[in-house]
Amino acid sequence: MGLSQVAPASTTFAPATQESWIATRLDFLVNLSRSKSLWPMPFGTACCAIEFMATAATRFDLARFGMERMSFSPRQADVLICAGRVPFKLAPVLRRIWQQMPQPKWCISMGACASSGGMFDNYAVVQGIDTIIPVDVYVPGCPPRPEGLLYGIMMLQEKVMREKMSDSAIRNEMEPDPASGLYIPASKIDELSEPFGNSVQQTRSGL
Amino acid sequence: MSSPFAPVLPGSAIAGGAAPATPRDVPERGGPANPSAAAIAATFPASFIRSEVVWGDTTVYLRGDNLIGVVRWLHDDPSQRYDYLSDVTAVEYRDPEQELEVVWHLRSLPYRRFLRLKVPLAKGAPLVVDSVWPVYKGADWLERECYDMFGITFRGHPDLRRILMWESFREGFPLRKDFPLRGRFSRAEQLRQALSITTEGRYSMEELSVAQAFEDLPEDMRRRLSGGERTGE
Repeated sequence: MGLSQVAPASTTFAPATQESWIATRLDFLVNLSRSKSLWPMPFGTACCAIEFMATAATRFDLARFGMERMSFSPRQADVLICAGRVPFKLAPVLRRIWQQMPQPKWCISMGACASSGGMFDNYAVVQGIDTIIPVDVYVPGCPPRPEGLLYGIMMLQEKVMREKMSDSAIRNEMEPDPASGLYIPASKIDELSEPFGNSVQQTRSGL
Repeated sequence: MSSPFAPVLPGSAIAGGAAPATPRDVPERGGPANPSAAAIAATFPASFIRSEVVWGDTTVYLRGDNLIGVVRWLHDDPSQRYDYLSDVTAVEYRDPEQELEVVWHLRSLPYRRFLRLKVPLAKGAPLVVDSVWPVYKGADWLERECYDMFGITFRGHPDLRRILMWESFREGFPLRKDFPLRGRFSRAEQLRQALSITTEGRYSMEELSVAQAFEDLPEDMRRRLSGGERTGE
């Protein structure tokens, strides 16, 4: 598929001056360049950020995945990596950073706390950042080893490779904001989903 | 502020000037008490309740009505010179009858002394105690944290508002024993309230540098800001 399909030299409709050419899908080329140059926006709040730094450093070397440049401005970032627990006080900040990132954008929720609140089932911590922003890849672990984060990044790259430009819905920003028209009542969410996380009282709706 | 900087040498006020040694075989209760405890009892008999020595540290229980006088004396008196406030916190016990205690940790660098002050506050009455901010400016954020977590009002504090929780936090005081671990509101309501925070709104106009430079801004930007437009978008 893609780059491996090099046209034979004897094809008649190639200009004589052109030595070689390739035919591929635009989706493939676009997705290839996107997935191999994801610039991460590190949102490190806790110990997961230490593992993230280890992943970015020489031994594991994020640069192999085209992520050499940490984008500390959300405006030049492609993938938000939320590493660590997010307290409610930080929720509007994380939301604002996500909104400041230009499309196309993706999100990796790194570690148990970012994915589900983790052990912090208390009054101050957001029970999973997917209640604030959409998440593409969840990386389990407390904290995940660098290999785990790399696996999550490779999963995200696979996901990017499968995107289709004709599918406009993947760029729609749907916000789980109770004030918006997209709000689903909590009873409906609980009816559709099952309890999750480390607590028997913890449900997807949060009620 | 006008006096020149004078370095404080630890142990400089001790007569013998012996090198400090880590105390060995400290008993759980009893042992040599900090001489400041007896000095407080002699100087402020109306404020002094009792004192005890636990694991070598002296705790003095005081009545709250003249706390600022005692602390000021401990700070200023040449025989005490408690020049460093380590911590301000509070303790609430599981026993609902037992009083809540506000705790101050004082350290005297010249005398190499450590003193713990406690003021019991009855639960029925409003939890009000003197602020030590006029003596120790570093008490500002410590008392704000204590107010945030326990709801204790520090009389005389210049800017008593929440510091860890957000300004619009309406669920109470998290470290009180009657506070449920997951908070009083549902998760959905907590999230809704948290997301409705305007992140700039927690700061007063004086704290925002853009507010300080407001007069120097270009005319169009001033017009937009005064119309309620937010910066940083």
